[in-house]
Amino acid sequence: MNLNRRQILLLLPAAAVAWDFLLAGNPEGSPNYKMSDHWWGMLIDIAKCIGCGSCVRACAMENDVPEGYFRTWVERYHVTDWHIENPEVDSPKGGMDGFPPGKTEGGKNFFVPKMCNQCVDSPCSQVCPVGATFHTPDGVVLVDYDYCLGCRYCIQACPYGCRFFHPQKHTADKCTLCYHRITKGLTTACCEACPTGARQLADLKNPNDPIHAFLKTHAVQVLKPHLATGSKLFYNSLDGSVR
Amino acid sequence: MEGFMYPNEVELQWSILIVLYPFLTGLVAGAFILASLERVFRVEEVKPTYRLALLTALAFLIVAPLPLQLHLGHPERSLEMYLTPHRSSAMAMFGFVYLWYLMAVLVVEIWLDYRRDIVCLAESSRGVKGALYRILALGSYNISPAALRIDDRVGWIITLIGIPSAFLLHGYVGFIFGSVKANPWWSTPLMPVVFLFSAMVSGIALVLLMYMVTCAIRRVAIDMRCLDTIAKYLFYTFVIDFALEMLDLIHRIYESDESFRSLDFMVHTRLFYSQILMQIFLGTLAPLALLSLTQMIGFPAAARRRIYAIASVFTLVGIFAMRWNVVIGGQLFSKSFLGYTSYKVHLITREGLLPAVVLMILPFAILYLLIKILPPWQVESPVGAEMHGDD
Amino acid sequence: MVEFKDIAHLIRLAGVFLLGVILFLVVRSLAIPKSFGQYGPFRGAALVELSARPMTFAGHEACENCHSDVAALKAKGVHKTINCESCHGPLAKHADDPGNIKPVLPDVAQLCIRCHSENIAKPAGFPQVNAKEHSGGQPCNTCHQPHSPGFDAGAKK
Repeated sequence: MNLNRRQILLLLPAAAVAWDFLLAGNPEGSPNYKMSDHWWGMLIDIAKCIGCGSCVRACAMENDVPEGYFRTWVERYHVTDWHIENPEVDSPKGGMDGFPPGKTEGGKNFFVPKMCNQCVDSPCSQVCPVGATFHTPDGVVLVDYDYCLGCRYCIQACPYGCRFFHPQKHTADKCTLCYHRITKGLTTACCEACPTGARQLADLKNPNDPIHAFLKTHAVQVLKPHLATGSKLFYNSLDGSVR
Repeated sequence: MEGFMYPNEVELQWSILIVLYPFLTGLVAGAFILASLERVFRVEEVKPTYRLALLTALAFLIVAPLPLQLHLGHPERSLEMYLTPHRSSAMAMFGFVYLWYLMAVLVVEIWLDYRRDIVCLAESSRGVKGALYRILALGSYNISPAALRIDDRVGWIITLIGIPSAFLLHGYVGFIFGSVKANPWWSTPLMPVVFLFSAMVSGIALVLLMYMVTCAIRRVAIDMRCLDTIAKYLFYTFVIDFALEMLDLIHRIYESDESFRSLDFMVHTRLFYSQILMQIFLGTLAPLALLSLTQMIGFPAAARRRIYAIASVFTLVGIFAMRWNVVIGGQLFSKSFLGYTSYKVHLITREGLLPAVVLMILPFAILYLLIKILPPWQVESPVGAEMHGDD
Repeated sequence: MVEFKDIAHLIRLAGVFLLGVILFLVVRSLAIPKSFGQYGPFRGAALVELSARPMTFAGHEACENCHSDVAALKAKGVHKTINCESCHGPLAKHADDPGNIKPVLPDVAQLCIRCHSENIAKPAGFPQVNAKEHSGGQPCNTCHQPHSPGFDAGAKK
């Protein structure tokens, strides 16, 4: 087919529009996944966490998390007797290599894994000036690395400290709830790696998800409820001293 | 790092450049408010500083976005703020408020006030300068009394609109901090108001100093009635600013919520020099004391000039320290209230001390240029036509 | 009575502003990404990009497809809650090309200690040992079968 210059000039914009439609086309990333069927959250059972750090390592490997920054991390608490407002907390390298033996015996000791709370009313997406961090229709808060300006306002606005500034991408970054995995029917890397089942992905819109029975029969908490962020990270057996 | 911080909190996100930005826009807002005193509220005494205040505001406004651009991870994407501003974000307002204030308020007001001079200079200058003035004149050379009367009227309306615009330009910066519920050092409804009044204080102090300096350079006598009036407004505004900051402090100490112990410790250790010494003693109590002395005791003119100059310098240092304490202080403590980090300013990096110093000096260089192009003072034009000036 | 010639300069100024606004609107229509606003105030194409990221961990179901014997053994013992890659590391590459890409077996001594070294903060009842006292430095799989470690599971080495 011989195209003269005029024909090419006419075809190009049409091709560009078509290509754009193609690119914008299937947002759900995988054929059998419908965003409106899901509403993602996570359940963390403090009673089961052994502080092995497998989740922190797995997340770093799955998501190329730069060293020194954490999409998820584990904290160790030591609460002396009734001093709930003054816990001693440590998190050596985010718990990535586990924890050294605790030097403070006595009192209460436990591990608390932390990650993005995937808030429904997230303060981070509220303050983003350009819409680079946002809610997906299935309840995951994500960062658009090709759109983020790197102003770091969202990092300031997150009450849980789960965001960081990626040193190579020069954008904000945080836990994506392994969006690339959960949209394909797999679980998150941290849940996959957790040896005790302390971390469980939860689909709150799925009536068969065990989270619903769990929520009905256990006392669960969220972090900083007074800030009304709509956190979807539910903790079982969370002590009142946890910040 | 001391104590416990969430692992991602140890590194500060907002640097000295983000301290500089509210300082610069604060000076803009403050200088403009001083100018509007004469234009809208008919405070005749400060007329000698009217044009100087406007040019100062413009010079600082031009530099204001630069610290932000240097700070951004992707400054090449800044246009996105104009393309897809996220309406719930106070920061998204920045592009539009800035553009509005720059073009629709400051530039128009300066243009209207200077139009007669521009036309005269366009007709009398040659070469590049002449071309510049002809462009500035927008090809219209009507400076009849009727046209100038209309200019004056429109200018008055622009200044009137400019006052809330100036409040918005700096108030939204206060809101950017004040609306962050995650950070108890920032989160207070008082924040925009405190920012605004401290901006006014810094802007008035700056214009006071600029007036004294430019008079000295031009070897012209300082109009003491003008200077005294500026100092008076500086004093009144300072009293309000001080009252607001005291209210915040007392409220915090009294309510003593979960963050208080942590913040209190931070102020007494990490922020001791910048908050207690620089902001409170040097930057607030000392100038207030000096200014109230001049209000109560009739010092001779030379003494008053010295006191005003010292008070103004202390004020500017104190307001900069206030910005530092808000921005940097808000990031030195952990949101777990269990730990602290520290901030090291590097010298020659994109967000280091050197760029900050350059950005502080740059507005003065621009102001120098502006004064050359648009002289605020009476100038003898070559054809002997009378030029409208400030004094 | 306002004469036109006295406000001509203001008309020109307004014209300059209008030009600016028009220019802004034109640039805006060209520069806003096409998929912006598709699902909300963000670039819809970002969802495709973020969900298209390649995986590093294969997920236990992928392992169990081929290694059903190990899966069955594991399901009988106390390690039934542990997924394969928790110990064996990320194996998506192996799952995609099992013939050519072989997983590297982790160092047993380091591996087991990660979970089972004693620590005051671990939940009561969780099996914890002091490695030196427990086995005198011998690797754990000298006595324990990692896929089903308890002696009562009938899977001693």
